[in-house]
Amino acid sequence: MSSEIVWMILGMGAVTYIPRMLPFVLFKGKELPPFLQGVLKNVPSATLGALIFPGVLFIQEDIWFGILGAAAAFLVAYLGANVIVVVLGAIAVLSVYSFIM
Amino acid sequence: MAELAVNRSASEFRKGLQAGISIAIGYAPIALTFGLLAKTTGLSIGETVLMSLVVFAGASQYISLSLLSLGTGIFEIILTTFIVNIRHFLMSTALNEKSEEDHFVNKAIYSFGITDETFSVAAMKEGTVTTGYMFGLNLISYVSWVVCSGIGFLIGASLPQTLQESMSVALYAMFIGLLVPSMKRSIKVVYLAALAACFNTIFTLTNALSSGWAIVAATLLSAVMVEFIEGVKKKQRGEGHE
Repeated sequence: MSSEIVWMILGMGAVTYIPRMLPFVLFKGKELPPFLQGVLKNVPSATLGALIFPGVLFIQEDIWFGILGAAAAFLVAYLGANVIVVVLGAIAVLSVYSFIM
Repeated sequence: MAELAVNRSASEFRKGLQAGISIAIGYAPIALTFGLLAKTTGLSIGETVLMSLVVFAGASQYISLSLLSLGTGIFEIILTTFIVNIRHFLMSTALNEKSEEDHFVNKAIYSFGITDETFSVAAMKEGTVTTGYMFGLNLISYVSWVVCSGIGFLIGASLPQTLQESMSVALYAMFIGLLVPSMKRSIKVVYLAALAACFNTIFTLTNALSSGWAIVAATLLSAVMVEFIEGVKKKQRGEGHE
């Protein structure tokens, strides 16, 4: 192992770990003002929106690939399926799509 | 009593493992490809696995490889990693609000495993998030990430092309699978997700912000705006009743 790469990895690990860990150590939870607590409660749903778009459109060069996959996942999820079924369903639909194309 | 507590945390741990299965599936193709790319970039097997063990953050690991092949300096690579991963600060702050009280050492340990995916699964879970659950959820995701990175390097190939392509949707499908049930329950969730999606799309496509900051800015803007509007509405309704 080259020591330069190892130092790089350790540095990357440190700057990744610190933002993950600090809030858990700094805040006890439930002590922030109510408005901020409300905002933090909104964060998960908002994050999911931002994680899905626009990323899902660019998973392959063919933009329809992502649109079809997202639509399939949405439909399966809307019907009330478990998350794993949603994941496998979207993969199955896209396998068929790339087989046909 | 002690035995009861142990049993409870064992079952929470098992629940966490189960909840992490989709993540483990979704990580496999990405980690396999990471291993393959690391090899072509000139990293050794030890360095490849070490990076997945120590960093455990997909996007920044990919970026570090492309920066390495461009001959970028170590300091710049570390700085870029920091910027790409700063969004986890927001996620950890949000998750801390709904996690069970525990010794900070336990929290400091499981916080290592906070990724976009583990955060999403834990944060969308009903009720409190226990320490045992977080350990199970993060462990299965981490093992998949590290082991598949090593396998990708060793077999020097990723999955067959068509399967690889189809599996690239896995994590997005998981995000959708986590979001939709909440959208059905609450119109507020629909607004939150749609608004953040719009902001992030604008920031990303206009290159206004790097992807790390774009997610943070889009999430915060959406979360603050919806909270503010809800507050105003509540006030109006309150005054209407008087």
